[in-house]
Amino acid sequence: MTAEAAKKQKLSVPFDYSKYLRGGKLPHIWCPGCGHGIILKALLRAIDKIGLTNDEICMVSGIGCSSRTPGYVDFNTMHTLHGRALSYATGIKMANPDLNLIVTTGDGDALAIGGNHFIHTCRRNIDMTILVYSNSIYGMTGGQFSPTTPEGSKTSTSPYGAMEPNFDCCELAKASGATFVARATSYHVAELERTIKAAIEHKGTSVVEILDQCPIYFGRQNKYKSASHMMEMIEKDGTVSVKQVDKLPPEKLEGKLLRGILHQVEGEEYCDKYAKIIEKAQD
Amino acid sequence: MADAAKKLPRIEINEKFCKGCSICVDFCPTDVLEMKGPVVVVKDLDACTRCQLCDLRCPDFAIQVFD
Repeated sequence: MTAEAAKKQKLSVPFDYSKYLRGGKLPHIWCPGCGHGIILKALLRAIDKIGLTNDEICMVSGIGCSSRTPGYVDFNTMHTLHGRALSYATGIKMANPDLNLIVTTGDGDALAIGGNHFIHTCRRNIDMTILVYSNSIYGMTGGQFSPTTPEGSKTSTSPYGAMEPNFDCCELAKASGATFVARATSYHVAELERTIKAAIEHKGTSVVEILDQCPIYFGRQNKYKSASHMMEMIEKDGTVSVKQVDKLPPEKLEGKLLRGILHQVEGEEYCDKYAKIIEKAQD
Repeated sequence: MADAAKKLPRIEINEKFCKGCSICVDFCPTDVLEMKGPVVVVKDLDACTRCQLCDLRCPDFAIQVFD
């Protein structure tokens, strides 16, 4: 039975990820319970819903656990320097504006080492989708605290609790000029898929902060029992959908992060502006 | 409902990919799955409602539900 025929009969047909994956690369290197695999699957389903072919996408990443993502997908991919993924992506987009750029980056990669590149990419409003996998820790290098580690959390470099206040990635992106800012979690999988789809379809810089779990380094240090316990405590109970905000009393919103599309405006895109400059110069 | 006529779904688990994180077991709304040693196994196929939450939340591409 074809997939379309099965859909008409409302039969459950699992999604075929193999057409987007590089053969022989799985199982991936991520730890048991790591949310990065959930995000990768949601991303592939979103790409399938939009109907993009493998050659129309270019995926760029820096260094870190999240930045291993391009290694598993069969798109045009590039694995670059720590924090500099956005600079490479800007170059690729300007050389070939027809490509759909997707940058997968971690919280440390995007906000600490690549913080400067992050704010300036948002400022330029160049058409690309930035997926920030925010697991509150530097997982690959042994669990050091990152700019998104909540104040007071224990990590291997803050055994008495992190003393620095943490970054709000979405507020930073919005203030820097990104025209699409959203937050999703790896617990709310259907919503995550919809948010990534909207982000890819948006013309301009789209930033999606995706809260996910690092059960091995962050979970163990902070007394979370398992990956699913982290997902329930941080992602399910720690967030509120923007659609529910008006209906809830203020005491229920205390200490919670908003998820959903937080900011979306139209703005002139960088490559379009650049094409106009070229035209002007040639006149 | 005539139980004999009820068509059961088929749950495929790739044991080579499963890392035993138990996310699918913990979030299954009808308790279909359980952990057996390091991997997940089907405990009660009758209860499966084909919601596919195990497939959607599996980080390791290890579980799929077929009709």
